[in-house]
Amino acid sequence: MGPLIPNGIINGDWSFVIALLIGIAFGFLLEASGFSSSRNITGVFYGYNFVVLRVFFTAVIVAMVGLLYFDYFGWLDLSKIFILPTFLKPMLLGGVIMGLGFIIGGFCPGTSYTAIAIGKLDGLFFAIGLFIGIYIFALAFPLFKDFYYSDNMGHVTLTDVTGIPAPWFAAGFTVIALAAFWITMVIEKRVRKNFTEYKF
Amino acid sequence: MDTNHNRPHYINPYLGGVLLGLLVLLTVYITGRGLGASGAVKSTVVTTAKIITPAKAEHNAYMKKFISPDHSPMYNWLIFESLGIFFGGLLSGILFGRVKKFRIEKSPKITNKTRLLAALAGGILFGIGSQFGRGCTSGAALSGSATFAFGGVLVMLAIFGTGYILAWFFRKLWI
Repeated sequence: MGPLIPNGIINGDWSFVIALLIGIAFGFLLEASGFSSSRNITGVFYGYNFVVLRVFFTAVIVAMVGLLYFDYFGWLDLSKIFILPTFLKPMLLGGVIMGLGFIIGGFCPGTSYTAIAIGKLDGLFFAIGLFIGIYIFALAFPLFKDFYYSDNMGHVTLTDVTGIPAPWFAAGFTVIALAAFWITMVIEKRVRKNFTEYKF
Repeated sequence: MDTNHNRPHYINPYLGGVLLGLLVLLTVYITGRGLGASGAVKSTVVTTAKIITPAKAEHNAYMKKFISPDHSPMYNWLIFESLGIFFGGLLSGILFGRVKKFRIEKSPKITNKTRLLAALAGGILFGIGSQFGRGCTSGAALSGSATFAFGGVLVMLAIFGTGYILAWFFRKLWI
């Protein structure tokens, strides 16, 4: 049955309306979870606030397990969903650059939009930076074009790469996440004790 | 020190996570792909370049991939989704009383100017990184990992790993 739009069950003309509604739900959840605050977000790197880890890991578990169930019940044809392609070295470099941008800027793209929405100028500057960064990338693209397309492994899943079935990854990730939830709760309590000012 | 009285009201992070996970699931079920956020900025960059320097944009090896004779790069799923992110954030902000006049959030140890420059620099880096990474925290790390994509997990580990390794050097910005 699913995915609904690629399978023609929902007419593609509706896709922009659906995109807007899904975006609204996404933005609402990001803001309501506290991601419109950069100091809230970066707390994950300093131990005073692990809200990013809690929301992110829970979301990944729910979506992973949910997809497996949808596949099991035959509601969703997993062979028809988009799997992000893997370009090993370029994507590792991209992740490292984003990590640096994250710790300096305190936002990621989606969270910066919600920060702008509630009136944060730092969110606006981050978004302007995104625009400039992508423009610089496009202008300089000929310099690293070969690298950008290198190491192409195609649309591979964890199972394709390791041979381990997807449910094992979902189970393993859940165990890691539960352990992380407990450990970070202990860390957060200790760090906050030494914090005189915790405002965000 | 507990400062509960002036702490803003956020929803329980585990509840937020469950709802966000269900949203990713619903999005994949409907559209066949996950959520994204950096793609909309890319479309905006391409559109701006196309308007200001059309010849340059059409000959640029990267930007020309996103230019089509039929329609504008703004006629794009991620543009509407990102508009939604803004309005959804606004809705939540109004509901929880966080929409206020323009302000800057920062560590008391740095000036407003430092914070804004850091935010700008962070954005530039995130913009560049998201192109190499084929997506940002939403498209690659969250949606990618949730759909068991090897590249998604890779990007997630690289973003957070780098954040932890470099956190000490930038602590003044935050604590």
